[in-house]
Amino acid sequence: MKILVAIKRVVDYNVKVRVKKDESGVETANVKMSMNPFDEIAVEEAVRLQEAGQTEELIIVSIGVKQCQETIRTALAMGADRGILVETEDQLEPLAIAKILREIINKESPDLVIMGKQAIDDDSNQTGQLLAGILGWPQGTFASKLEFSDQRVAVTREVDGGLETLSLALPAVITVDLRLNEPRYVKLPNIMKAKKKPLETIGLGEFGLDLSPRVTTLKVAPPPERGGGVRVESVEELVDKLKNEAKVI
Amino acid sequence: MSVLVIAEHDNAELKPATLTTVTAAGEIDPSVAILVAGFDCHAVAESATKIAGVAQILVCDDARYQHQLAEDVAALVVAVAGEFSHILAPASTFGKNLIPRVGAMLDVSPISDIVSIESSDTFVRPVYAGNAMATVKSSDDKKLITARATAFAAAATTGGSASVSELQPVDGSGGRSRFVGQELTQSERPELTNARVVVSGGRGLGSAENFKLLEQLADQLDAAVGASRAAVDAGYVPNDYQVGQTGKVVAPELYIAIGISGAIQHLAGMKDSKVIVAINKDEEAPIFQVADYGLVADLFDVLPKLSAALEK
Ligand SMILES: Cc1cc2nc3c(=O)[nH]c(=O)nc-3n(C[C@H](O)[C@H](O)[C@H](O)COP(=O)(O)OP(=O)(O)OC[C@H]3O[C@@H](n4cnc5c(N)ncnc54)[C@H](O)[C@@H]3O)c2cc1C
Ligand SMILES: Cc1cc2nc3c(=O)[nH]c(=O)nc-3n(C[C@H](O)[C@H](O)[C@H](O)COP(=O)(O)OP(=O)(O)OC[C@H]3O[C@@H](n4cnc5c(N)ncnc54)[C@H](O)[C@@H]3O)c2cc1C
Repeated sequence: MKILVAIKRVVDYNVKVRVKKDESGVETANVKMSMNPFDEIAVEEAVRLQEAGQTEELIIVSIGVKQCQETIRTALAMGADRGILVETEDQLEPLAIAKILREIINKESPDLVIMGKQAIDDDSNQTGQLLAGILGWPQGTFASKLEFSDQRVAVTREVDGGLETLSLALPAVITVDLRLNEPRYVKLPNIMKAKKKPLETIGLGEFGLDLSPRVTTLKVAPPPERGGGVRVESVEELVDKLKNEAKVI
Repeated sequence: MSVLVIAEHDNAELKPATLTTVTAAGEIDPSVAILVAGFDCHAVAESATKIAGVAQILVCDDARYQHQLAEDVAALVVAVAGEFSHILAPASTFGKNLIPRVGAMLDVSPISDIVSIESSDTFVRPVYAGNAMATVKSSDDKKLITARATAFAAAATTGGSASVSELQPVDGSGGRSRFVGQELTQSERPELTNARVVVSGGRGLGSAENFKLLEQLADQLDAAVGASRAAVDAGYVPNDYQVGQTGKVVAPELYIAIGISGAIQHLAGMKDSKVIVAINKDEEAPIFQVADYGLVADLFDVLPKLSAALEK
């Protein structure tokens, strides 16, 4: 099986983001950037499949600025074979990302694409489903377990009511949820080794795609503030406040 | 042109998020239609006809829609999309799974998880775990949207008298995607995203056994039970209890957070609650920054006392 994993470089999940004064976006200068946490889980799953002898080649793709190379190197240090960066300074929406990924997939012909269910910056939760729709492939979103047999994959999905299992014919697109696995820490020797693995950079222009934005961001504002609360000293005081002040019980 | 809402249901009844999505749709255009795709789902279609403000129900009752796989439902939505200016679904795992696939097939860029509507092409949605609110404008000629259930009121379930049209099924996955099984959490309690009161527990509870103390409190308050990711990962409760950026978004009248530190990813799922109570032994815990009432104490002291006080 040949696997392709799409990863996004995002503001680290520990950073408390601040909205810019001019409301054009959030402050990203001098902010720590990392691999989207869901994408780490996607890479980990693919590496485990490879270690289990189920994968011939594991390719990492990222679309974005030059520094995404670092993010790809992290995935290579986790165990992937080679990386592809589609370099662009543009802010691309999920539909555009999916169209670029289609071009790569047409060239590489993977049997499986694994990606995060959502990027923690824009929180769209769209790209995997868009890609599956564009390719006409089955989709297994919010996966918490994968099992392969006979050119199919059984995907256990985290849905609102509990868990659901689907069986998908390959090739398919999988998007991963938090409980699929726990990504490994990369060890220094592997980081060194990853520096020698192939990483190809393609300019976005080479695809000749029309990716003009369909959705434009007019402004980005801070969320409404909550008023300050009070400390209560005892359970009795709490119950009294909830009954007589907030009137919610 | 009118607006289409994709019903979320289990072939027996409509999910409440369908009703909030109808309200969002009505804010865009008062002419609202609902698509019910399912199997043996006549009761659902029947109840949909009574929703206030809905003019038309499209029903496709066929075995292939029994589990509403995205591949099949998306093909059906595409087949009827022509006459609608906007297509909406709830921002639930159902809607999030479906709408982008429709977007791919129609070459439309979807807009996820909207919380307010500025005009027929401009919407507000949270980004960065709700730490910023983006106002976005779509230039696609059709709009594909998922709407956050807690951001819109539920449409009334009576008063409507919509017409019903039957649709023919459409080829979708062709068996390449198949339903195998499901394990749904059985609970007598109100649904998490819909409850008036939510009692949530975190890692501080320490075990699945201890979570029962919290469940007892929830039952006294007729509340739903929620959890932090740490509590779900530790196996204290099932995954569908998770509240947060990547779990469920709730906005009850009362949210009681017990043994939860208040990470931004958790706050993203509950900070729009009307009244927030935090019980935590660490007075520095960030959860206190959003709490209306904070109690710094050991939860194992507090829970029995709270249950006793509510008995009175
Ligand atoms: C404040 C702000 C303003 C913006 N303004 C605009 C604007 O005006 N116009 C515009 O077009 N865009 C804009 N963007 C960018 C754009 O909205 C998002 O970056 C884009 O929508 C991707 O959404 P997502 O990452 O949430 O996708 P999701 O669908 O949540 O991502 C899911 C998965 O897709 C994969 N993936 C996503 N992106 C990539 C990638 N680049 N490379 C490889 N894999 C990827 C990953 O596996 C990821 O886990 C803006 C973003 C922000 C935060
Ligand atoms: C990509 C990503 C997505 C995430 N999505 C979510 C999400 O959707 N929802 C979510 O909740 N989290 C999410 N998280 C995880 C989040 O960052 C936190 O790790 C998590 O919310 C912590 O859970 P917690 O508060 O239960 O545990 P902790 O942070 O460990 O807090 C436990 C609290 O319990 C208190 N406590 C302990 N014992 C007692 C006692 N006896 N009495 C009183 N108080 C006590 C402690 O003081 C502490 O404050 C996500 C993380 C990532 C990286």
